[in-house]
Amino acid sequence: MPEHNALVPASEIVQPLTLNDLCRVCGLNADWLIELVEEGILEPKGTTRTVWRFESTSITIVRKVQRLQRDLRLNIPGVAVVLSLADENAALKRRLQLLENDPRYAIWMPAD
Amino acid sequence: MIQVNYNTLFWCYVRQMVVAFGQESALRGDKKAMEYKDYYKILGVDRTAPQEDIKRAYRKLVRKYHPDVNTGPDAEAAEAKFKDVGEAYEVLHDPEKRAAYDQLGANWKEGQSFKPPPDWDEGFEFTGGGYTEGDPHGFGSFFDELFARRGKPSPHMGGDRQFSAPGQDSHAKIVISLAEAYAGGSRDFTLRAPELDPSGHVVLREHSIRVTIPKGVTTGQHIRVAGKGGAGMGQGRAGDLYLEVVIAEDKAHRVEGRDVFMDLPIAPWEAALGAKISLPTPSGEIELTIPKHAQSGKKLRLKGRGIPGKHPGDLYAVVKIVIPPTESAKARDLYEQMAREMDFDPRARLGG
Repeated sequence: MPEHNALVPASEIVQPLTLNDLCRVCGLNADWLIELVEEGILEPKGTTRTVWRFESTSITIVRKVQRLQRDLRLNIPGVAVVLSLADENAALKRRLQLLENDPRYAIWMPAD
Repeated sequence: MIQVNYNTLFWCYVRQMVVAFGQESALRGDKKAMEYKDYYKILGVDRTAPQEDIKRAYRKLVRKYHPDVNTGPDAEAAEAKFKDVGEAYEVLHDPEKRAAYDQLGANWKEGQSFKPPPDWDEGFEFTGGGYTEGDPHGFGSFFDELFARRGKPSPHMGGDRQFSAPGQDSHAKIVISLAEAYAGGSRDFTLRAPELDPSGHVVLREHSIRVTIPKGVTTGQHIRVAGKGGAGMGQGRAGDLYLEVVIAEDKAHRVEGRDVFMDLPIAPWEAALGAKISLPTPSGEIELTIPKHAQSGKKLRLKGRGIPGKHPGDLYAVVKIVIPPTESAKARDLYEQMAREMDFDPRARLGG
């Protein structure tokens, strides 16, 4: 943990996290996170729990899972389905937006 | 602009709304005109609808507009709807609040300038206090005016504490520029955190924090700011602040992981004949050779010129042929000359 400076606090890019790190950052117990890994919602690198490394995007995912569970009263497999459909949906919308802006599909010259 | 929600487990999406609406919440108490909100219309139910219908309508809309389900380009609109739906339900699912709200009468129109009559809630007792299980920080000024002043300090807050514990880590989102992602930098962000004031009102307290943005950070990564999370209890150290990074994209640039895509506008003759051009990129001006017969949409890959890092991303310059205007007589002449002398049918392959 870097020393805390009152004027300019130390800041750093969060490196891949161990299971313990992720528990602490999200304020959660390990069993619950392990369930997310088993469901394929979180995909750490490494084969065993002790060497698991989670990308920091896992923090965002965990927080999404919590909100979806609470607001839509979903169980973990339900959350997994929603997350994958939402990702797919976002990717499609983005793709659509790109195509709509694609010069190959644009009308170039206004009619005189 | 960022906002911190110390209650890290809940209402994270409200955070972003607070960024958008926090100003008006912060200004609560001003005698500013505000707009009437038709909670029945928001939920799409009759004023006479039974409680079960309200619940059903609410659940349906929550599924539809949930910010974690609606990502991508429509996210912001969905989030605003989600917030309205939550606010409407907060009032209508509680028989006491609903009765008080109904008391305002049915003649108000959505968006109409609104001032509550001084004794509008006389005779109503709000047993649950103004704030119930919902987090009201993200609700609008209309809700605030009607219900929020009744908040009582939570029994969990304050009081003597005999123990020490580290502060909670807190989370927020920051939007940085592409230039900051490439070069790093240091910038002040305004943090907004909900706090209880001495009379028990929830207020958004702003404070400024200088954040050092590390070079090479990209969308989806987090920056940890040590010691800037929730305060510790007793002798406990403060928690850390985790900032989720989003790089702002513009029409000409977009980011995918560590790769960056940018428009490369070229003239038709540059596309036809090829050209050596100079292109301003996020990492500085570069010389670039455009091959002959470049078509719109063709991607030129510039290795290692994406977001920097141990494994830097690539920069893709996407060709976009721009047709020069025909305003001048000279330009028109040239186009007419091409029309006469070039044997070119762009529709030759359409068949039919």
